[in-house]
Formats: sequence, structure tokens, C-alpha cells
Amino acid sequence: MLPAWLILGAAFGYLCLLFAIAYWGDKRADAGRSVVASPYIYALSIAVYCTAWTFYGSVGRAASSGIDFLPIYLGPTLVAILWWQLMRKILRISKSNRITSIADFIASRYGKSQLLGGLVTVIAVIVITPYIALQLKGVSASYQVLSYYPEIVMPSDQRGDSILQDTALYVAALMAAFAMLYGTRHIDATERHDGMVAAIAFESIVKLVAFLVVGGFVTWWMFDGLEDIFTQASMRADIAPLFTSVGSTGYGGWVTLTLLSMAAILFLPRQFQVLVVENVNERHLDKAVWLFPLYLLLINIFVLPLALAGLLVFERGTVDPDTFVLTLPMLDRDPFIALFAFIGGLSAATGMVIVETIALSTMVCNDLVMPILLRLRWLRLTERGDLTRLLINIRRASIVFILFLGYLYFHFIGGSYALVTIGLLSFAAVAQFAPAIIGGIYWRRGTRSGALIGLSLGFVIWVYTLLVPSFVRSGWLPADLLEQGPWGVELLNPYALFGLAGFDPLSHALFWSMVFNIGGYVLVSLVTRQSPTERVQATRFVEAYQPAGGSERGNQWRGQASYRDLYALAVRFIGKVRADRAFEEYAAGRGLNLAKLQVADASMLQFTERVLAGAIGAASARVMVASAVQGENVGLNEVMAILDEASQVIEYSRQLETKSLELEQASAELRAANLRLKELDRLKDDFMATVTHELRTPLTSIRSFSEILHDNPEIASAQRTEFLGIITKESERLTRLINQVLDLAKIEAGQFDWQIDAVEPKAVIEDAVAAVSQLFKDKEVALGAELPLSLPAVTADRDQLMQVVMNLLSNAVKFSPPKTGRVTISAAATAGGVEVRVRDNGPGVLPEHREMIFEKFRQVGDTLTDKPEGSGLGLPISKRIIEHFHGHIWVESTPGQGATFAFIVPTAPARAVMDAAK
Amino acid sequence: MKRSILVVDDEPNIVLSIEFLLKQAGFDVRVARDGDAALAAVKERMPDLILLDVMMPGRNGYDVCQTIRAQPGGKGTKIIMLTARSRDIEQEKGLAMGADEYVTKPFSTRELVERVKRLLGSAAA
Repeated sequence: MLPAWLILGAAFGYLCLLFAIAYWGDKRADAGRSVVASPYIYALSIAVYCTAWTFYGSVGRAASSGIDFLPIYLGPTLVAILWWQLMRKILRISKSNRITSIADFIASRYGKSQLLGGLVTVIAVIVITPYIALQLKGVSASYQVLSYYPEIVMPSDQRGDSILQDTALYVAALMAAFAMLYGTRHIDATERHDGMVAAIAFESIVKLVAFLVVGGFVTWWMFDGLEDIFTQASMRADIAPLFTSVGSTGYGGWVTLTLLSMAAILFLPRQFQVLVVENVNERHLDKAVWLFPLYLLLINIFVLPLALAGLLVFERGTVDPDTFVLTLPMLDRDPFIALFAFIGGLSAATGMVIVETIALSTMVCNDLVMPILLRLRWLRLTERGDLTRLLINIRRASIVFILFLGYLYFHFIGGSYALVTIGLLSFAAVAQFAPAIIGGIYWRRGTRSGALIGLSLGFVIWVYTLLVPSFVRSGWLPADLLEQGPWGVELLNPYALFGLAGFDPLSHALFWSMVFNIGGYVLVSLVTRQSPTERVQATRFVEAYQPAGGSERGNQWRGQASYRDLYALAVRFIGKVRADRAFEEYAAGRGLNLAKLQVADASMLQFTERVLAGAIGAASARVMVASAVQGENVGLNEVMAILDEASQVIEYSRQLETKSLELEQASAELRAANLRLKELDRLKDDFMATVTHELRTPLTSIRSFSEILHDNPEIASAQRTEFLGIITKESERLTRLINQVLDLAKIEAGQFDWQIDAVEPKAVIEDAVAAVSQLFKDKEVALGAELPLSLPAVTADRDQLMQVVMNLLSNAVKFSPPKTGRVTISAAATAGGVEVRVRDNGPGVLPEHREMIFEKFRQVGDTLTDKPEGSGLGLPISKRIIEHFHGHIWVESTPGQGATFAFIVPTAPARAVMDAAK
Repeated sequence: MKRSILVVDDEPNIVLSIEFLLKQAGFDVRVARDGDAALAAVKERMPDLILLDVMMPGRNGYDVCQTIRAQPGGKGTKIIMLTARSRDIEQEKGLAMGADEYVTKPFSTRELVERVKRLLGSAAA
């Protein structure tokens, strides 16, 4: 029997050794001689991938389903080839963005989304905590098995023991202490934990050597080499198929497992921690690409031989294959080999727990607790200067919390199916991070909403198709859920969702979760828009290889600039007065003498940047200062940020442009209105001038002849009569003119008293011809009328219609040559109206004047010094009258061959005609 | 010898009244109904004084005034512009074109005759 003190002592001693190594590693790092800055240490630390679950479980799995254990190692081996591309890019991005965890990585890519970071953290904690419990279970079970040495007794569930007697509790406590000591030394989570990495690398060596020693011992001590084992196994009908056929899951299962482990090696929080956060040098990846697969090969060499050996020597069913690594040496009564195997398993467990806890605590602290605390205003966190203590304490509390949670999980539901399968389940869960991450670094269009939706959908499907069934199998949920689906809906069966049957549960779950995850991510990304921050971050991530984009520049200025350049820069943007004041204050605060200052240091650069940022925005300020600094190149990120600012400015100026366009339009309208007003004003002046002229002309004759008659009482009677006749005529002319002006004013003001009725146009024309016949006789102009027998009645004011006809006739006679003049008036019914035409053989009207002559006082020739014919009001009044009747008036003319003035007035409705006929 | 006067206006009644008044005052009076007729009459014999209406169809008064002044011997004759427009600018324009006086319609017949006499008298002196 191995005494408990020996086992515990060995375990405790081993853990103390770990502390010592970590302490030494940190000391070396503090002294500037890092032990972990080596590709070999890096590759070994990646081997934290191999946990107690794999240390013991691979053999167990091989014993039950042959080479089925292999995909878990094939995936990482395959993906190691991709590291060259994928991991290098993730490394580049993480270094330049100071990424602290996988949650931080995803959140940062999608616009530094706190929601996304929180979601990833919550998923990780839910998924990884049982995984930690599994490690504790491994330690606890192996301790139990070993404690019965030399008897081989299978471990029972722990429930009977009190918690305080539980080895696992103390192991967990020690690991918590270790994680707190070596995982939270610095507040900057991006800083490497040299001691921790050194310890992890050491653990990887221990578990590998332990496994190889056990394997070698069993193969060559207990058996006569590999050939002996395989020969014996091939003779056993129940064992032989294990290594001659693909395992129970089939090829589909192989592909699934390979894919899952590919995702796990990249995206498990602990793998991200050692691969990315703890990476010292990007070039270490080159060696890790083949070193790590080699490690996997070595640790797997003896899996199958051990499994076969266990099956050969133990009676079937008496010994759990998961304990073969431990029980085979025990069977041979070799306590120290067994103890070494136990230490190997312990190292595999502790390595995983330590790294995983540190990684999770960083996520919980940075992506879950701090965002919430910072939102609680009453804590006034934002006002506190130094938050480092608080942050470290939160991380330490998170470590204790996560480990205690893991322990409780193990203690209370340790034996359940749910726990045993959590290893693969957690692989499937972290695979849900893959679309958001891989899409995020290769596809610029991926949006925050897309990532949120995809991740949420994938996780929900994972819960439903894997977690829920594992609960059912553990007996916590009714079993018929898996047989008939919930509420008997077969389509919702967690093992055959939407009728998809025929897959093993893992493949089925991976298929649906990825369909929803990738589908949601891509579709939502395509229909949503990125915020400016998202766009900048997307570019930083996707174009991580672009020059400067991936450089290690944080916010600190490294170069130098001349003070003169900086000063000139500041003056350019904020003016001399403010620049002088700003720099003087700065210099006074630091006791600098500006007059003698030549070289500006980093702090002054930052000060200048801040001063400029107030004026031109942060991103532009950075670029402007960079332009003054030697050795600083303007990076793509900065340019992107400027473009972003610029696009906002462009948008703003576009709005301004629209506004100014509107203003321009308005002012153009105003200008046009103003022109129109001026034109109207001029027309009014002209109108007044012309009216005045028209009034003065008859007035002149009247006054002259009145004075002549007054001054010459002896004038001859015939002459007196003639002069009096002139006075009368000119008075009539004056009256007529005044009436016309008044009529026009009334019509224009809408105050004319229209007598609208059905009017017989023929009678109107005949009356008008009779009224003006004297004018024609005076001038000896012939007047002919071509009228049909009858014309339909029109809707009009009879007197005004007659006035129009008279106006046209007197106009015609005025322009006709005396004696040879000939005027013809004709009328005809047209569609819907009556057309009246007055034709003369005068000089005609030029085409450009045909509209103008209908405007008031717009005499042809336009200069008012030209003598107008008549009052100039006849045609404008006629036009307004005809338009009031809803008719139309126009002139047709060939210059030199006379003119024809014509108008159409609409016919009256039938009933009105009847009335008119009465 | 009678002083000769040319009356130019397109309004027959105004021409008639001025012709009556000036003949009564003992002048030799000729009349023209438009600008072209006026220039023809001037070409035929330069009058001592012209009463010239501004607003006429075709060639207006200013034009006629300018043309006469440009002719040989055209500077010696007196020109009185007649206009129905009283705006100052018209008056200035008329004077600028070489008119001696400017009379606004409707005018006082007595004053018109006085003006004519005065102008011809000063010319004679």
C-alpha cells in the first residue's frame, strides 16, 4: 500500500516545484533575462492543450472505440500548418491592438463592443467551468485509485466524503493560489506571465515524460514490445477490430472531431492565452508549427498499445479503461511508475486549470465586471485616479470564483454523463467563436450585429442539441425529450433537429449550430451597417499586414521632433495667441525654457497632439504630429480614421451645399422677383408717362383753340365753328381715353361690372361696324364684312364684346393706308366657339412684336420717344376682355402684307341660347 | 422780310392751332407732319426757327434736331422742342441735342408766340 502521505507529499512537492519554477521564471524576467523567450518553451506551453482528460481519456477512448481518439490530435496538427497564415495574422492583430483575451479580440474587432465581449465571456465561463471540473475529477479519481495500491479498486463517487476531506479541494485551492500569484502579477493583461509560462512548459515536459515512461514500461517491461501487444490483441476477437477499423463514429464523426479540435486549439481561452497573449516573438511560431505536432505525436505513440495492453490484462468490465495509465503499472506492482503516472496526470490537469483560469479571469474582469462597474455611476470609478489595485483584486476574485465554481460542479455532479462529455462539448462551443473571428480578420463587411446574432444563434443551437441532451442522459430532464422531441414535436428533437437524422449527435450539433451561426453572421452583416469605430477596427484587423497597420505602436510617441516644428504646427491650427499661451503654460509647469528648447520629447508630442485634437479631431491631430516627428510614418489606421472624419466633414459640407443651393435658388427667385418688380415699376412709369402724353395731346389742342377763340373775338364764323368742332372732338378723345384707363384698372383689379349672358355675335359685329363706319369714311378706307347667315350664341358681355370688335376695327383703319386701305371683318363658327377675324392691308406686325402689342402701352419700337398709334390701350383691354370670356386673342401677320387680328369666344350652353333667342 | 418758321407735329389739330397763331403774328409759316417731311422742308429752305414735336411716328424730334444741326447752316436756325412729357430728363436730352428752348404741352398760346418772337429777336440782334 502506498501511504497517503507519500502520494500527497509527492503531489504537494510537485506543486511546490511548480511554484519554484514560476518564481524563478519571474525573477529571470524581472532581471531582463527571460527564460520563456524561446520557440521550444513556446511550443511546450501550447501543449497545455493536452489535459488530464486526454492524459487518461485517450487511452480510455482508444480502448472503447479504437483509433477514434486520433482526430483530437489530428485537428491541431492540421491547423498547425495554417498557423503560418491564420495564427500569424491573429498574433499581429493582437499585438498591435493590445488584445488581452479571446473575448477582447472579438469585441475589439466589432467596434470594441462591450456587449459582444460580455457574450463571449459568458459563453466561455459556462462552457469552460465544467471542463475545469473535469480536471479536478481526474486528479481526484487518480488519487483514489492510487491510494488503494496495490489493490485495483475503481473510484466511487465522492458524495460520501465531506468537502474538507476531498483532495480535489486542496488541489483546487493550490491552483487558485498559483494562478493568483503568477497570473496577476501585473495589471497590464497583455504583459506576459513568464513564471507561469515556464511552469506550464515544465508541466508539458512532465506529462509527456510520464506518459512515455508508462508506455515504455508497459510495452517493454510488461510485454515484449509493440509487436507482442498487437499480436496478442489481434488474436482476441473482441479487441482486434479496435485497430483494424474506423471507430464507432464513422468517417463523418472523424471529420467533425477533426474540425472541432481545429477550432479548439485556436479558440479555447487557454490556447489563446499561450498562443497569442504569452507569445514573445512572432517568429517563434515558425518552430512551433512543427514542434507542437511532434509533441502530439509523441504523447500519442503509446495510446493504442496501452489501451490494448489494458484490455488484454484486465478482465473486461472490472477496470475502467480511463485508468489504464495508472492501473497497468499498479498491476505490475511498480509503485513509483504508478506515482509518476499520477504526477503526469496531475501536471496535465493543473496546467490546464491554471492557464484556463487566468485566461477566464482576465475576460471576466475586463469584459464583464469592469464594464458593469464603470457604468454604475454611484461608484464614481471614472473619477478615481488609480484603478490598478481594484483591477487586480477583481481578477483574483474571478480566479477564486471560477475555480470554486469548477470544484462545486465536480463535487455535486461529478459522476454525471454531462461532466464526462463536457470535453467535446466545450470544443463544440468554442467552435462557435470561429465565424466571428475568422470572418473578422478576413472579411471586412462583418458587422457587430452579425457577430452578435451569429454567436447567439450558434450558442443557442449548441445548448439545445448538445447540452440539453447531456442533461437528459444525466437524468435531469425527461428521457422522452430525446425520443419524441419536446411536446412530441419530432421536428424539434434535439438529436434530429428539423428532421435531420442519421448523424452522430456531435456532427448533428456542429452542422446546425454552424448553419445558424455562419448564416446569421453573414446575412445580418450584409444587411447592417458598420459604425465608424467598427469600420476603423475592421480595417485594422483585416489589413493587419499593411505597413504600420500592424506595427507595435501604441499611443506612445517614440520619435522626436523639433520644438520649432511643433510650435509652427500648433500655430497653423489654433493661431499664434493660443499656441503661445498653451506652450508657455506647458513650459511653466515643467520648468522648461522655451527659448532654449530645441528637441521636443514624447510628453511634449503628446501635449501638442492633445492641443491639436481640440481643434482638428483626435485622428487628424495624431497624423499632423506624426508629420513633424522623425521616424514616424502615417499609418493606414490613422489615414482610415482621417477618412472617417473627412467623410463626416464631407457629409456636413454636403448638407451645407444643399442649404446653399436652396439659398441660391431662393435668391435667384428673389432676383427674378426683383427684376420683375423693377420691370413693373418701369412699366408703371412708362404707363404714367404715356397716359400723361396721351392726355396732354388732346388737352393741348383744346387749350390752344380755346385761347385762340378767346383772344380773337373777331374770328370768322366758319373758322370759329371749325375750331369749336376740334375742341369737341378732342374733348371726346380725352373722355374716351380716361374711360379706357379706368376700365383697364377695373378689369385688372377684378372690379369690372360684367354683364355676362348669351350674346348673338352677328348682331354685335354689325353694330360695331356701324359705329366705326365714320372712321373709314374719313380715311377713305374700304370696310368689307363676310358674315354667315347665322352664328351660334356666345357667352360674353355684349357691350364689352362690341368694344373689342370696335377696337380691332379702329386699329385696322389707323394702320391702313388712306384711300387704298382695305379692311375685312369675317366671322365663323368653330369647334366650341366663334372666331372673328379683322384683316387689314397695313404694314403688318413683326413676329417679335406679336405678343408685346397686347401689353399696355407697349408700343412697337419700344422707345417711348416714338409716337404711339392711338392710346396704346385698345389691344390690352381687348385681350383682357376676351380672356375674361375664356376666349383667346392673337395676331397673324406677314410684315408688309397687312395683319389679321383674330379672337375666339366660346359658344354659350344650349339653354342660354334659348334664353337669348327670346 | 418775314421771318420763316417750320412747324413739325403729327397731330393735325396742334399744327393747325400753332400755324394760325404764328401767321397771325406775321411769320412765314410752313408745316410738316413728320420728321422726314421736316428734313425735306429744311433742305428746301432753312427756316429761321423750327417748332419741333418730340414724339412722332418714324423719325422722332431729337433725331430731326440732331440732323438739322449737323447740316451746313443748320446751326444758325433756332429750334424749340415741343413735348407732351415734362420730365427733366426729356428736357435735358432735347437741349443736349441742340435745341434752344423746350416747351411742354399744353402750352399757353401767348407765351409760345412771345418765346418765338424773343428768340428771333435776339437772333436778329
